[in-house]
Amino acid sequence: MARMATRQRVVISTIGAWLFGFLIFFPILWMGLASFKTELEAFAIPPSFLFFHWTTENYATVQERSDYLHHAMNSIIIAGGSTLIALLIAIPAAWSMAFSPTKRTKDILLWMLSTKMMPPVGVLVPIYLIYKSFGLLDSRIGLVFILCLGNLPIVIWMLFTYFKEIPRDILEAARMDGATIGRELVYVLTPMAIPGLASTLLLNLILAWNEAFWTLNLSTSNAAPLTTFIASYSSPEGLFWAKLSAASTLAIAPILVLGWFSQKQLVRGLTFGAVK
Amino acid sequence: MATRQTQLLARSLLSPAVGLLFIWMIVPLALTIYFSTLHYSLLDPGSESFVGLENFRYFLTDPAFLASLQNTLVLVGSVLALTILLGIPLALLMDQPVIGRNFVRLMVIAPFFVMPTVSALVWKNLLMHPVSGLFAWLASLFGLTPIDWFNDVPLFAVILIVTWQWLPFATLILLTALQSLDEEQKEAAEMDGASAVSTFIYITLPHLARPITVVILIETIFLLTVFAEIFVTTGGGPGLQTTNIAFLIYSQALIQFDVGSASAGGLVAVVIANIVAFFLVRIVGRNLEA
Repeated sequence: MARMATRQRVVISTIGAWLFGFLIFFPILWMGLASFKTELEAFAIPPSFLFFHWTTENYATVQERSDYLHHAMNSIIIAGGSTLIALLIAIPAAWSMAFSPTKRTKDILLWMLSTKMMPPVGVLVPIYLIYKSFGLLDSRIGLVFILCLGNLPIVIWMLFTYFKEIPRDILEAARMDGATIGRELVYVLTPMAIPGLASTLLLNLILAWNEAFWTLNLSTSNAAPLTTFIASYSSPEGLFWAKLSAASTLAIAPILVLGWFSQKQLVRGLTFGAVK
Repeated sequence: MATRQTQLLARSLLSPAVGLLFIWMIVPLALTIYFSTLHYSLLDPGSESFVGLENFRYFLTDPAFLASLQNTLVLVGSVLALTILLGIPLALLMDQPVIGRNFVRLMVIAPFFVMPTVSALVWKNLLMHPVSGLFAWLASLFGLTPIDWFNDVPLFAVILIVTWQWLPFATLILLTALQSLDEEQKEAAEMDGASAVSTFIYITLPHLARPITVVILIETIFLLTVFAEIFVTTGGGPGLQTTNIAFLIYSQALIQFDVGSASAGGLVAVVIANIVAFFLVRIVGRNLEA
């Protein structure tokens, strides 16, 4: 009797979960399908779900007409560059707070967190004017810089919570054996910190790739990453659904894959360790 | 001796991060405060003059401010309510023994990784278009009149898009919390004859109180500054119907080039965000000691 109930429960919850999962995922699937339709079929009513003339010409057109690769490259440089620089600054900081904490460490951490709470729109005006006077508008270096600063608190926090989990006994043992700080860092800490570093890197890449306040406001064409490029499809004359879908699919595909790998760290990173 | 050396090293490792964040926080904020006291328009260069609190009076009494404040509150409140009310049952469902749970989880989390400009444009065109959109077709199947989303209920349309983006976040956090719930406690309750409903009310829900608080606070921080979704779909319109505080400040700064007034608005946004941040930092800080 109890087994029956359990099996029934599995069937019901499986059907329910798949149904809701499919509904939530559907817009992405629908966009993916539209990217393989012709413009006419993308608009067609009633819509065709699978039995349409599959074509890849939208992907070719997107590249030819709007130099998609240029914007993809900008996204890679801006997201990758800002993440790497943030890591370079954050690793020593998080290391020092995790392993040589002082009375003020907690306050410093919370203060860093509070800088992330500042709404970007609150400093839009001065940043825009500073960028304008230094010729940084629509430049990749300007975007790398601002995204790096914007995400630095999250990077430091994530690394801090990961470093905190490295057992201190091991460090003490290494110190007893006469390891210098440099050797301790290279031979003991680094290998143990790699999983945490990898997840921090992934999550931050995703956040920087999808960042759409500074990229929209500070870039127009030369430095425009994919967020800004896709936004150009919002103008009425640019409403080609199949091409919009093709460009969008390309823009989110790599990050969807990365995101799926990092979903477990996502919770931890975005809640600053408050939910694990 | 060694300790002092270590301390010195620790401090020098920490200082670049602290210094950069300090500059990042202080310089733009100080400039915003300074600009907010000036009459300063980019269209009229050289006419800068000190006007005291005039910009604040102008910004706060502008009917657009009240409208956008209201829109901001409706947007944040609705998305919070929807993501939590949908997120709890969804997380409970995914916490059940589901065949292929990992795959379901991939589908549920996916919208979170879609860049805001893509999700907004795909929803606006492929799904919500009043003639050729999928929703219009579905409505016609049931003999209903299709909704012209962005003309008739523009703010609700934006709310739906943003909810779709943040539902995965709420669900994933609640699911993570559910999975850390002690199974034995639930089993004991079941053995004592507790119904599923009372198990949920007396054991599960109290356990979710903290993660729900965290979801509310973190989402609020991000939702207060929703920008790209409005930028690519409605441009704040029709009229002011979808203008939130963030978009209002943007349009004053980069469309009307009124630096002074936009700066005053920026400070208002900072104050609003800080009220939320205050509570979030306290909760996170409490967790840090544990």
